[in-house]
Amino acid sequence: MSDVVMAEIRKDYLYHLVLKGERADGRRFDEYRDIVLETGLIRKADGSALVKLGKTQVMVGVKIQPGEPFSDTPNKGVIITNAELVPLASPSFEPGPPNEVGIELARVVDRGVRESGAIDLEALCITTGEKVWIIFIDVHILDDCGNLMDASSLGAIAALMTAKVPAAQYGLGEDYPLPVKDVPVATTAVEFGDAIIFDPDTDEESVADTKLTVITTADGSICGMQKSGPGSISQDAIHRIVDIACERAKEIREKFLEV
Amino acid sequence: MIGMDEKLSFFKDGVRLDGRRSDELRPIKIEVGVLARADGSCYMEMGDNRVIAAVYGPREVHPRHLQEVTRAIVRYRYNMASFSVEERKRPGPDRRSNEVSKVSREALEPVVLTSYFPKSVVDIFVEVLQADAGTRTAGINAASVALADAGIPMKSLISSCAAGKVDGEIVLDPMKIEDNLGEADVPIAMTPGGDITLLQMDGRLTKDELKRAVDLAKAGCRQIYEIQRKVLVDRYSHMEPEICDEAVAMAGEEI
Repeated sequence: MSDVVMAEIRKDYLYHLVLKGERADGRRFDEYRDIVLETGLIRKADGSALVKLGKTQVMVGVKIQPGEPFSDTPNKGVIITNAELVPLASPSFEPGPPNEVGIELARVVDRGVRESGAIDLEALCITTGEKVWIIFIDVHILDDCGNLMDASSLGAIAALMTAKVPAAQYGLGEDYPLPVKDVPVATTAVEFGDAIIFDPDTDEESVADTKLTVITTADGSICGMQKSGPGSISQDAIHRIVDIACERAKEIREKFLEV
Repeated sequence: MIGMDEKLSFFKDGVRLDGRRSDELRPIKIEVGVLARADGSCYMEMGDNRVIAAVYGPREVHPRHLQEVTRAIVRYRYNMASFSVEERKRPGPDRRSNEVSKVSREALEPVVLTSYFPKSVVDIFVEVLQADAGTRTAGINAASVALADAGIPMKSLISSCAAGKVDGEIVLDPMKIEDNLGEADVPIAMTPGGDITLLQMDGRLTKDELKRAVDLAKAGCRQIYEIQRKVLVDRYSHMEPEICDEAVAMAGEEI
């Protein structure tokens, strides 16, 4: 019950701030928390990235191994994305197989990488129908202080951009950098009152019913979207979010991914 | 199967491969109250999709720790029959169906008046018997009608359909081949008032194309809403008027 009461108090507080055009941590509505991105921290992974988005911390590791292609795409490599909401990251995470939040997170990260065409799957074919490179993208949440979607997506593309295909290890020639053809960036916003708030922290996420994640590519088109949470959103808000999302994504891309 | 480099045209003489215009839905058939044991149920066909939805509840929550003191919880299970697709699907939940279940539940929750039934659960089960692109939207449409059939107080119905992009053109309610080989897919769900409760997108669209896709999908939802409404009115119009009035009054209070 106290949770419910606290939630109401917090909601009131944040709601009143928003009416004054403010946020609890002093950010503008469309302002991101500080982003710190480090790549190559995990020597045993073929690509890795640690993303700090404010206090949120996400580690993404990429492993690349030869394996069998799917029977319906014999000449294409395979991308497998997984997300672990390990109990060290939040009091509300529990051990066990991924729940629907983890599955949704992994699938939205996967959607960005896949639909943007960032990875040329045909270039990952070794022998048609027999052997292709399989790319495992594993998202490991370390500290959930909100907006896991953006932190995880940024970590995934950063890890891929710095990944090496470990060909030598499997007697398939020399190692070479994984070719990455596009740079999808996810941006997430919540709506409460009439305000649209980007990069929500956990409190803001808990107050808003619904989030919208927009994934944009380097040329400014949209390659993935996901509304998440038990609320509704107006069409007008969707287009406002998409407009700002394109700008923020461009800034993040230029600043952190050097394109 | 069509070769990857072979360019397939999705339009012939200005219409789509199944003869539809780009702003036309596939044929829809809805039957309400098709299951005897369920509190509410609905069978729906959207083109070649065949889905059946059942609603149980409000009823006691098991396991008990999921109970909410101030409201009912809503659960939604989307499940595909192993024979519903071309190549047999392994039975049971997978990652895709878990995600579909989550977003579908969240598409319906905004209209269910959960505060009327604290500590209880409304269970929605959707079985896909035959799949042909758009099963999640068909499932949501059927579930919405089944909720109404179960007498669950709601602010409104929810209607759902997708828009897609094929051959550079925005089309309503893509069928399987358009979905598989098309450039984008945007499923939405909305209230009759136009509030969007489901929005997903994959593929590639410009901002302008996205706007046109959402506009088109909304127009599709409005058509579906009229069918859902008609089916329910036909089914229940014989009821005693005072019972209907009472239900309307109850719903009106909350809003």
